[in-house]
Amino acid sequence: VPRDELLSALAEIYPQDRILTRRPELAAYESDALTSFRATPRAVVLAESRDEVVETVRACHRLGVPFVARGSGTSLSGGSLPVEGGIVIALNRLNRILRLDPQQRIVVVEPGVINQQVTKAAAPHNLFYAPDPSSQSICSIGGNLAFNAGGAHCLKHGMTSNSILGAKVVLPDGEVVELGGESTEPVGPDWLGLFVGSEGLFGIALEITLRLVPNADATRTVLAAYESLEAAGKAAARVVAAGLLPVAIEIMDKLAIEAAEGSVKPGYPEGAEALLIVELEGDHETVDPEFETLLELLRDAGATDVVQPETAEEHSKCWEGRKSAFSSVGWLSPDYIVQDGVVPRTRLGEALAEIGRLSEERGIRVANVFHAGDGNLHPLILFKGSEEGALERAEDLAGEILQMCIRLGGSITGEHGIGMEKRKYLPDMFGETDVEVMRELWHAVDPARIANRSKMFLPEDEPSRSEAAEPDAEPSAAGVAGTAGPPTDGAAREEEPSTR
Amino acid sequence: VSATLQAQAGEEVQRAVRAHERVLPRGGGTKPALSSPPQGTTTIDLSDLTGIVEYEREELTFTARAGTSVREISDALAENGQFLPFDPPFAQAGATIGGVVAAGASGPLRYRSGGVRDFILGVRFVDGKGRLVSGGGRVVKNAAGFDLPKLMVGSAGRLGVMLELSMKVFPAPTAWATMRVDLPTLDDALEVIGRLATVPLDLEALDLEPPGRLWLRLAGDSEAMSARLERLERLLERPGERVPDEEEATLWEAARDLAWAPEGASVVKVALVPRRIPELERELEPIRIARRYSSGGNLAWLACPRERPTEELDALLRSLDLAGVVLTGSAANPLVGAHRGGAFARRVKSALDPDGKFLEI
Repeated sequence: VPRDELLSALAEIYPQDRILTRRPELAAYESDALTSFRATPRAVVLAESRDEVVETVRACHRLGVPFVARGSGTSLSGGSLPVEGGIVIALNRLNRILRLDPQQRIVVVEPGVINQQVTKAAAPHNLFYAPDPSSQSICSIGGNLAFNAGGAHCLKHGMTSNSILGAKVVLPDGEVVELGGESTEPVGPDWLGLFVGSEGLFGIALEITLRLVPNADATRTVLAAYESLEAAGKAAARVVAAGLLPVAIEIMDKLAIEAAEGSVKPGYPEGAEALLIVELEGDHETVDPEFETLLELLRDAGATDVVQPETAEEHSKCWEGRKSAFSSVGWLSPDYIVQDGVVPRTRLGEALAEIGRLSEERGIRVANVFHAGDGNLHPLILFKGSEEGALERAEDLAGEILQMCIRLGGSITGEHGIGMEKRKYLPDMFGETDVEVMRELWHAVDPARIANRSKMFLPEDEPSRSEAAEPDAEPSAAGVAGTAGPPTDGAAREEEPSTR
Repeated sequence: VSATLQAQAGEEVQRAVRAHERVLPRGGGTKPALSSPPQGTTTIDLSDLTGIVEYEREELTFTARAGTSVREISDALAENGQFLPFDPPFAQAGATIGGVVAAGASGPLRYRSGGVRDFILGVRFVDGKGRLVSGGGRVVKNAAGFDLPKLMVGSAGRLGVMLELSMKVFPAPTAWATMRVDLPTLDDALEVIGRLATVPLDLEALDLEPPGRLWLRLAGDSEAMSARLERLERLLERPGERVPDEEEATLWEAARDLAWAPEGASVVKVALVPRRIPELERELEPIRIARRYSSGGNLAWLACPRERPTEELDALLRSLDLAGVVLTGSAANPLVGAHRGGAFARRVKSALDPDGKFLEI
């Protein structure tokens, strides 16, 4: 499409000051939290209304221009990476909470609303929004929906998908449909369930109905120190098996603790090789005795130290330390790759030992901070992007960890999504037919393939992971997650040119 | 004329889908409105495709073939102190796990824990081209690929024939307690439901028998139960009637299995929120449809008597912009009322079933 034609179509929808086309303006949109991939869009439009989004999608469809919807750009899998030659539809100004109805426990929001704002709005009614990705203070609900975001408290409350009741969405050809509704119990096929987590390939959510949950009567949190990561992993598995149903079970290893202490200083027990954080929630009459059982169990599992945050401030420090772990790791290393593979929780000890072995064998430091309760690993593979070949070596290790997750019967992603990052591993987790059917679904919903294309699936003419295992094969699946600064030179790469 | 084919293996299901013009899967047949074949449709009976394929107690997940009875699964879980928190109906009558997913049917306990969609992890199914497709996985957290397991919930055999399912489960509570509260009017009862929506007290189930009878269920440690019941009464600002422990389980089993519905009725599940109940009640009261609201007013069970066609209810629900599904009795089209999905639904259906092997949605 000639540039003029695209721009004049956009100018019919937006005033000039909300169409960005100059290189310096576009720079901020070239990448997301997976900074190793970069692509320059032709234009970025700053949508302020749902109608504008629909009109933009229709214009893109008419002109055959690919588009990528973007909220806060916090995707760790490269989910909001622009498509070369396409446009970015920025949704952060669509940040209105449209309706809050505490009696029905629902809130209706626009996609650009920040995750934590939902809980803030619901708090006066003693309700909260359960999914709590670590980026919750900046990430948007639209992005959470597109990638089925997780968080530390998924163990009890489920993922984003379990908290979305309804959505009005615009399909890639501009048709607007409603999925789900207000009730917690859907009827008929769960179309909404399929839409959530479709990584933008099925269109853009314009209006989202979220389920709220009441604040628990009591919350009890404990930090337990262990002599090894494996011991902490086994303790976590025992907590799950014991029939307690904690709201969160998290583990941080020594490197991650060190990083947290170096930045937000949560004051974790000193000298621990691994730290287990367990949180129980519920009626105090039930939780108090359960908590005693929990403490006993953690000690039995070999805890060297057991600490309970006592004040509200200590409690929030404890979680701040955990949730800022990714950014804190920047304190240890200029670059890192973060993976979010899942293993069956009974095999956590085994998985952690294997990661430790691989780390030692390759001489690459790996920090572990993860959702132990649901087996959701987060190995942070540390490297220096300026060092020749360091990124590739780190990526190899990341790839081996993903293969291990598949081998142990788990998943290549628990909450970050496939995005750009793990496209070549999808065919390793699923069979050929499975991927074929997923592709057919995608093509049926978006025959023109303009909605966030190149995410989730490798372009069809590219080799799958097994064939791409030779060195220097492109594109790379793993990436360098951003520390605070700009991407390290040499680590960033352009998206492969689209062939369609 | 409708033929029935008893499938013994997944390959037979694949062959059956390829060989026949129109097919409809059937499990235990406890929700006949969804599994009764129209003329010219071949039934694929999955009741021999049984067995728990994998169950690790410490993992709190299991994988079972679609025709496995809910009873068998619940028994295996109970031996290990675990249960199906979404509380599927008709277990005693022979409901299968595949049928529960296809119907998207959960029971009163879904108020606290969530429904079938919140516990399904993975699925293997045969699509309209006869291909064997896997989606999701066996671990409790997974964001890889499109969420095909959720799509199968409520699909009523119209998008694929499920062969195997993976689900997560929860530890079973050791004690239960139920309180009955009678309020003078529907508005009073709805006011209480609204108040309970935001209080810090864990209620497992909250059912409404209109106009004003509420059933509230608690679970947990038996020693803490009395204190919590008292706290509940304080929150309600009125005393309740505690149901004797020996009647408690039977009472909820009857609610779950819709034992209150008249013999032969077509029972329709309707999705709604409590705010919509008064207008529905105004329409239903004059036409004498037996009914009950469950999950804190998030779903209605309406029993359409045998002599009344479900079309009447269909029109009524459409006028209120509510969606429902007929589970028992019979219905020309089990999906009644105003359904969502539009073009998205049509495109997904065309991708999974391009030749129209399955019934229309």
